[in-house]
Amino acid sequence: MKDNNKKYWKGIEELSNDPEFLKHAHNEFPEFLSVKEKGSSEASDAPDRRDFLKLLGFSVAAVSLAACEAPVKKVIPYVNKPVDVDPGIANWYASTYQEGGEYCSILVKTREGRPIKIEGNKLSPITMGGTSARVQASVLSLYDTERLEFFVENGKQIKVKSIAEYAPLDRKIIDKLAAAQASGKSIRIVSQTILSPTTKKAIEEFKAKYPATEHVMYDVLSAEGILKANEISLGQRIIPSYNFGAADVIVSFGADFLGTWISPIEYAKQYSKTRKLSAHKKTMSKHYQIESNLSLTGCNADTRLPIKPSEEGLYVAALYNALGFGGLSTKAPNHEVIKKAATDLLKAKGKSLVVSGSNDPYVQLLVNKINSELGNYGKTIDVSTPSFQKQGSDEAILKFIEDAKSGQVGAVIFYGANPVYDHPKGEELKEALKKISLKISFNDRMDETSSEVDYVCPDLHFLESWNDAEPKKGFFSLTQPTITPIFKGNRAAQESLLIWSGNKTDYYTYLENNWKSRLTGGNFQELWDKTLHDGLYSGKTSELHVTPGHSETEAYAAISDTASVGAFHTGGSSTPNVNLSEVEDNINRTYKTNSGIELSLYYKVGLGSGSLSAGNNPWLHELPDPVSKATWDNYLAIPKKMANEMDIAQGDVVALTVDGKNTGIEVPVLIQPGQANNTASLALGYGRTKAGKCGNEVGKNAYPLIKVKGGRLDLNAGVVTFAKTGDERKIAQTQTHHTVMARPIIQDASLAEYQKDAGAGRYKPMIHTNLYGEKKPTEITTWYEHEKPNHLWGMSIDLNSCIGCGACVVACQSENNVPVVGRKEVLNRREMHWIRIDRYYSSDAETDKTGEYFESESGVKDLEIAAENPTVTFQPMLCQQCNHAPCESVCPVAATTHSSEGLNQMTYNRCIGTRYCANNCPYKVRRFNWFKYFENEEFDKNVSMNNFLGRMVLNPDVTVRSRGVMEKCSFCVQRIQEGKLKAKMEKRRPIDGEIVTACASACPTDAIIFGDRNDTESRLHKDNVVENAERSYAVLEELNVQPNILYLTKIRNS
Amino acid sequence: MSLTNTINRSAITLLLLFLSLFVSLPSNGEDKPAAGAAGADPAKVAEGAKLFEANCKACHAVHDVVVGPALKDVNKRRPIGWIVNFVHNSQKVIASGDPYAVELYNKFGKTEMKSFPELSEDQIKSIVAYIVDEGGKKVDVGPKPPVDGQPQSEAKDEGGYSGIILILIIIVLVLVLVMLVVFLSVLKRYLKDKEEKLAESDREIVNQKFDVLKVIKSKGFLSIVGIIFVSLALRACWNNMFYVGVDQGYAPIQPIPFSHKLHAGQYKIDCNYCHTGVTKGKQANIPSLNICMNCHSQIKSGPRFGQDGIAKVIDAYNSNKPVKWVRVHNLPDLAYFNHAQHVKVGGIECKTCHGQIDTMEVVRQHSPLTMGWCINCHRETAVNGKDNAYYDKLLELHSKKGPLKVAENGGLECAKCHY
Repeated sequence: MKDNNKKYWKGIEELSNDPEFLKHAHNEFPEFLSVKEKGSSEASDAPDRRDFLKLLGFSVAAVSLAACEAPVKKVIPYVNKPVDVDPGIANWYASTYQEGGEYCSILVKTREGRPIKIEGNKLSPITMGGTSARVQASVLSLYDTERLEFFVENGKQIKVKSIAEYAPLDRKIIDKLAAAQASGKSIRIVSQTILSPTTKKAIEEFKAKYPATEHVMYDVLSAEGILKANEISLGQRIIPSYNFGAADVIVSFGADFLGTWISPIEYAKQYSKTRKLSAHKKTMSKHYQIESNLSLTGCNADTRLPIKPSEEGLYVAALYNALGFGGLSTKAPNHEVIKKAATDLLKAKGKSLVVSGSNDPYVQLLVNKINSELGNYGKTIDVSTPSFQKQGSDEAILKFIEDAKSGQVGAVIFYGANPVYDHPKGEELKEALKKISLKISFNDRMDETSSEVDYVCPDLHFLESWNDAEPKKGFFSLTQPTITPIFKGNRAAQESLLIWSGNKTDYYTYLENNWKSRLTGGNFQELWDKTLHDGLYSGKTSELHVTPGHSETEAYAAISDTASVGAFHTGGSSTPNVNLSEVEDNINRTYKTNSGIELSLYYKVGLGSGSLSAGNNPWLHELPDPVSKATWDNYLAIPKKMANEMDIAQGDVVALTVDGKNTGIEVPVLIQPGQANNTASLALGYGRTKAGKCGNEVGKNAYPLIKVKGGRLDLNAGVVTFAKTGDERKIAQTQTHHTVMARPIIQDASLAEYQKDAGAGRYKPMIHTNLYGEKKPTEITTWYEHEKPNHLWGMSIDLNSCIGCGACVVACQSENNVPVVGRKEVLNRREMHWIRIDRYYSSDAETDKTGEYFESESGVKDLEIAAENPTVTFQPMLCQQCNHAPCESVCPVAATTHSSEGLNQMTYNRCIGTRYCANNCPYKVRRFNWFKYFENEEFDKNVSMNNFLGRMVLNPDVTVRSRGVMEKCSFCVQRIQEGKLKAKMEKRRPIDGEIVTACASACPTDAIIFGDRNDTESRLHKDNVVENAERSYAVLEELNVQPNILYLTKIRNS
Repeated sequence: MSLTNTINRSAITLLLLFLSLFVSLPSNGEDKPAAGAAGADPAKVAEGAKLFEANCKACHAVHDVVVGPALKDVNKRRPIGWIVNFVHNSQKVIASGDPYAVELYNKFGKTEMKSFPELSEDQIKSIVAYIVDEGGKKVDVGPKPPVDGQPQSEAKDEGGYSGIILILIIIVLVLVLVMLVVFLSVLKRYLKDKEEKLAESDREIVNQKFDVLKVIKSKGFLSIVGIIFVSLALRACWNNMFYVGVDQGYAPIQPIPFSHKLHAGQYKIDCNYCHTGVTKGKQANIPSLNICMNCHSQIKSGPRFGQDGIAKVIDAYNSNKPVKWVRVHNLPDLAYFNHAQHVKVGGIECKTCHGQIDTMEVVRQHSPLTMGWCINCHRETAVNGKDNAYYDKLLELHSKKGPLKVAENGGLECAKCHY
């Protein structure tokens, strides 16, 4: 038994024992009901007790008066009940999420015709049932009241009863398009990456009608560097398929592949497979991350090296040199981590992967060269099955803006793109748009771009529309509507394009016909029905013939038969051809170390680009950032050392000057452990002005800071200086809200220790008894055991697999009607999430000193060292469903009780709000309803409960809690009950995996396993009792509360 | 044989037709409605009407096709002997190969007509007399009643009217009060002028100052206020009991006078036929109109309200307007109840909770629907685990302790119904 003496801390304030932190650490609830006693000297505007009682009396009287009318409830059945719809029973449809090139194969749960929840589609070989926070939250965007109801002509909505009434408007647009065509100027369709081959076909049709048309695709999260590098070295402008699952050693230079880089859901699935350990698999991958700001991927790395953005190319070159494939004469820094990485890579030739998030094609060329030398092509990199998730071209959009400025563009159509907001030259574009005579937008709201155009013809939300997608070559899936269009005045963008091209076919027929022309083998109807049912095409890809006019697919020659086996091909790949001297020259020219503070821009894992509907999604804004745990804001993240030197405290507002130019951006500072010294970082996607109620004026827009360099976008914005403005803006962080006071919550070990002893890192407390000596906590109890003969629901959470992405948090919010409280209440420490992901920092450099020591000179130094490059551990924390629950025994009204299936039940109607249970909960997972969050204008950002449209997303099987009651994770009891009933009706026991909680089902890495402990065949039993028995631990085991959730120790390959 | 038969029959039919023409021709000129072929005996017509109401109306109407054919001019179509035979035992006539009967049988989807052996020949004749009498009357195509909420809308009007009266009364009372106060003060002032002449006790009264505080503190005032408050509170509690479902016996008037007694009782239509969700999920489902129309596309007249009631159903269906039924069983939202669990898994009969629905003309809430009632049943009822593999292990574990009650399988736990 080894005690774990390592100290874990959740934020700088905890490490330094900040007085503010200490105050809150002992008070879970920030303040009590603001009522003062009469005559108390406290000068406050709180009402005195007697006023309170008077008000109370009045409200009782008012309520009694209001209740005089006898209520009559109506029940209104269908006139014609649809065959498949039964009130109270959910229908599931397979579909596809696609927005700006992001792809996820999904299942949509609908109740009485309303989509209410999104889950991953396990049949998909690409996303394999995983989801992301953004995918989970997209269902709320469907019910966004900011969406346009009708077409807009010159700023005015044209109200119609049916879409057919837009015919005169269409004629007007057709005339104008024809005029633009005749004028000799070009017509542009500007979109983000389009995954749908049929949509592209429709665009081709439009092009055929108006030959002056050019389709400009760009990516807000640009991958220009990789595309360009592959164009140079492979002769194909593609993103290859990466297989992180086959890599024993992963080296990433700033590529946040678990969070925002290309296809994070897919990579997270693959990556987690290499991180899982069991009695039968005692090895795991080794992951190096070399980056400047602490990204989600960096948090999960075994070894992380903070560098300055201007050193990135040099470090890649250093790795190349260290690998010994040849000497590049670059000023390569010689770092221990690079040497170690090189050694590991050489040991894992053909089983390793080097990636870079850089947008510099020369860095990417060198990365290609490294992978090629390591023999990774055809093993972990598949060029024959390219990913289509990034097809955009930085050059194309820049050229469009230039052409627009010089008046060469006659007409422009914006399709799912908001470049006025999300392009660094957005302001220039806004001005240039005035020179274009016909401007059309398909965006769903009057956003920054739509406000500048003549016609807005709002597209349907993806949950209302038909579409297809080809995220990777040869992998096809379908999007099908799960609700009839909410607004009768919206039309699929493709249909608009077809109408304007003179094709009257509706888009569904068009899509089906396109598929019919491609699927030649077998019975089409059968194939179509199956594809629709599964959400994706699972037949042999040879049946799919290349569409005429679908140029991208055509370029990739014939599709092989084996593509459907998995999303990855091995063997027989081409290898890149890299001109090293050119790379060397360019790297030497571009990467010069400087002494200034460099600003790097990044995307938030939750919000992403924030440029379309997600920018107005309150679930995403309230989702704490996985690393900083900040909500509702962007901020300048700086390291502790710089903060000390510059005498800046967290929350100080600073004005940014980049490369000597005043940017006009003033943001608060956040002290971020792990941020490379002399760097600062700022998130993109904030500061929307026309997103809607929830997204407007949240944070500051950093898009104008993106550097345009050599025809590509560079997130390394250059040298930044900043000065305090004197203002202060508190950042609404959640991390230290529910702290755990330095107890062994996280139990971890290194891989070497684990291989020697599977129980390495475990803290096994013993309790001293007078009569019997040392006893395990579970052996002494004053409780009678509850009998659990039927089920015993439990959960296993693998700290090794959890990457901290936050998909579970949003999934839970969506499933359980969890309210959004807004920035102010998060600051008041009153967030309502039932599951939170605790992020712990730890560092070997720490001392065991606390408090005042950190105010001394050496203490400050220690703090800086500790915060320089900490190790990060994520731990999802939710109600542990204790079998000896401390909350249950203190409830004066028995509102929280234990079930015979091991559930800790919360009965809202019994709860009188004493909050004793929350005070007694060792895990701090209970949430109190301080306010009425529904039908309350004060909480208008809680859109799912405060407007007629938003309310449609609520899960009808879960009570919307009212003010003054406690709530917490229920283990999705509604799902358990539903699953049990299904089993009973089919006269069988529930099958393992049939009943899962929302969090477990959303997890892209399968870190959460839910199941029945009484079922010895269950994965849960196998995990906690057979495969990972030694690693399984209950948090705070010494309390003997016997939780039903066990965690698996975090093992690091360091 | 059959040939002569047919000739005979057609001869008789022709004769009858001729006769009826002959009889009815002069009647066209008369003011009175035509009397039947069997003679216009009003007593007979009245008796026939009674019998028709009791026996035939469920399936037949004089002018319209319901389940069976419209009966107008039946006396002209068929000889009375045939009618009597058919009414006594229709299947026998059909089985005999009678072509008209067979054709009729096929035309109406092989629906067997119930036999009425208890009706005498005379009675049948009087029914025919009634049909002839009724057939002569013109069909009244009056305006059809609106589809929904007539009872409610009337009540609303009344409510508005009584509201005005209430306000008038209050205004009058207030005026009276003001006048009384004015009188009082005038009198007081008058008496004050003559203060010296007053007796001591009277003087005291005159000089008495009106003390608001004293009035408020007086027992009388407090008790009045108290009584008002208590009664309002009681009223509120009473109404709120509705929300928690304590409204046993609640039998609201429905927009369409649908009778379970007729459908479930007399016709023995299975509950499942209309309440389709009862074995599938949470809701039993109030039937959608297309289910009503399965039968009522044919049956257009009912025994109690004639065409009026059914017309509402048909109108609603045709105009695509759902019927707004008044909800009878109001389980509060915080309680989750699932029909399938109880009916399909538990094997509970509908009437256990809903009572003898098949005897209810208007559905009323049979059970209290309180938590105590739920829990009591869970305590008393054994789990229906027979032939259900889900319960096998549980029942085995429990076999020595007697039957496994729902309560012993977690049936009393909060999160079974509240989440």
